[in-house]
Amino acid sequence: MSSTLLDPPAPPRQLIRQKRRRSYLPWLLLSATMVILGVMTGYPVVRLLVMSFQEYERAQLMGVPAEWVGFDNYAAVLTDVEGFWTVFARSFALMIVLVVITMVLGMLVALLMIRVGKRMRLLMSVGLLLAWAMPTLAATTVWGWVFDTQYGVVNNLLTAITGDRWFGYSWLINPLSFFVILTCIVVWGAVPFVAFTLYAGLTQVPEEVMEAAQLDGASAFQRFRLIQVPYVRGIITVLVVLSMIWDLKVFTQVFVLQDIGGDRELTNTIGVYIYQTGMAQGHYGMASAIGVIFVVVMLTIAYPYVRRTLREDEQ
Amino acid sequence: MIKIRKRLADTGFGVLALVVFAVAAFPVYWMVSTSFLPNNRIRGENLAFFPTPDVFTLDNYRTAMFNARAPFPPAVLNSISVTFLTLVIALVVGFVAALALTRFQFKGRRTFIVLILVVQMIPGEAMIISMYRIIDGWQLLNTIIGLTLVYAAGVLPFTIWTLRGFVNGVPKELEEAAMIDGCSPAGAFWRVTFPLLAPGLVATGVFAFIQAWNEFVTALVIMQRPDAMTLTLWLRTFLQATQATNWGAVMAGSVLIAIPAVVFFLIVQGRMTGGLVSGAVKG
Repeated sequence: MSSTLLDPPAPPRQLIRQKRRRSYLPWLLLSATMVILGVMTGYPVVRLLVMSFQEYERAQLMGVPAEWVGFDNYAAVLTDVEGFWTVFARSFALMIVLVVITMVLGMLVALLMIRVGKRMRLLMSVGLLLAWAMPTLAATTVWGWVFDTQYGVVNNLLTAITGDRWFGYSWLINPLSFFVILTCIVVWGAVPFVAFTLYAGLTQVPEEVMEAAQLDGASAFQRFRLIQVPYVRGIITVLVVLSMIWDLKVFTQVFVLQDIGGDRELTNTIGVYIYQTGMAQGHYGMASAIGVIFVVVMLTIAYPYVRRTLREDEQ
Repeated sequence: MIKIRKRLADTGFGVLALVVFAVAAFPVYWMVSTSFLPNNRIRGENLAFFPTPDVFTLDNYRTAMFNARAPFPPAVLNSISVTFLTLVIALVVGFVAALALTRFQFKGRRTFIVLILVVQMIPGEAMIISMYRIIDGWQLLNTIIGLTLVYAAGVLPFTIWTLRGFVNGVPKELEEAAMIDGCSPAGAFWRVTFPLLAPGLVATGVFAFIQAWNEFVTALVIMQRPDAMTLTLWLRTFLQATQATNWGAVMAGSVLIAIPAVVFFLIVQGRMTGGLVSGAVKG
């Protein structure tokens, strides 16, 4: 701001220039984004669609031209009850369990944070932040170690407590306990975000309203159900949708637990199944078809979230 | 009577809070503790719960760094290069895009915003097959450039969206006031608005950093050669051994990967929940 009030600005000319410039300047600013997203997101989506309609196996990697097969890949995938549908149902069931546990625990932790004093709240925050900040892969290896067959702390403590020998008990080889451990990892990593967000929302509930309800004889549960929940309903919706998306995508935790000692066949989720079908077995065409189906499912789930965000954005 | 009951309840909730802290923090503690223990205290029936001075050792870190199946130095270098490049590209490109979307009114603006939101919802796990074919086709498998391109496109929508919020937070009137004082539009922006955006740029950059640093799936597909691996893939090689897993080394490796991510995360965590709450209360 070098100039002073003494030298008069020339707004008219500037404004005209600005208006003319406006038509192309924003697009110039967006051009790099459009190139990157076009080449690295748009093109891969198109390529995925194209491959899903082609016979694309290992031979095609070597240069054999890919033949068009119409909906053959989709037909093969959608009639594969033991493969695709089992994995699909497993992923959905797992997602529902994960979302429910995450939301319930997240809400309980948030309510507890409101109830306890400042020092205890700080302590809780420190623990939750550590869990939240841990990289997914590191979190998975640690939990894998905690439940290790030979020397894991869980088997060690169980031996000490029950008196039976638990050393050598494999938690990962049984699909059911595999998913229990997977649930521990995912929920442990996901609760902090849910709890902090709900806590921030619950602190916005006016204290007078809560006190008035208490004077009117409303129990703690009634106050929760009739005042606190309606207040944060919007936040809950967003958290549920985001959790659904994240939990359906779960890849690293499953993949690495399988490395440590799970049965891949019995524990695949959609993302890992795509990797196995495409990268490991070389059925690129079929894996692409599954990928397309996966994208469609995810966009359907995300639709309410996208709409809601846009609506809020307009205000 | 009522006083006693209240005190009892307070104590009960205090204990619960301690339990939450313990459960949340234990795995992190266990990772650090194990990483400093010698193998005979890790593998054995009398477990050490704390690396006391008489058993404390750095052997696991030595093993992780010098005796891993994939070499450590190139993995560090690869991770740092890819993360840094991703961060720079996402910030520069995302920043100018955020400007276009906030400071200009033009046809197609809204469509672009919708697109940015929708693109974020496409799962990267679904795209690995075509991504692999494309990067292979460009002869960019096992290269920093290839992985950086994928990561940049991956974090860009989020970067634009967040930066847009920060730019919107600076009132346009500030710039207009500067323009009345004789600043050019660009000058007004650089001298008035830009300095106010610095914290937003830092926070967004840190998020891009964490995402690239922790990424696993894409790297798994396009960086398969041992010397091209990033740190997450390097750590995974410890788990594939046919013999018993060396958990001490795995925990040491996990600590090495986690430190930068945790430190940077703690710097910016305050900004994580804020945005979701401000818009969503009473929705």
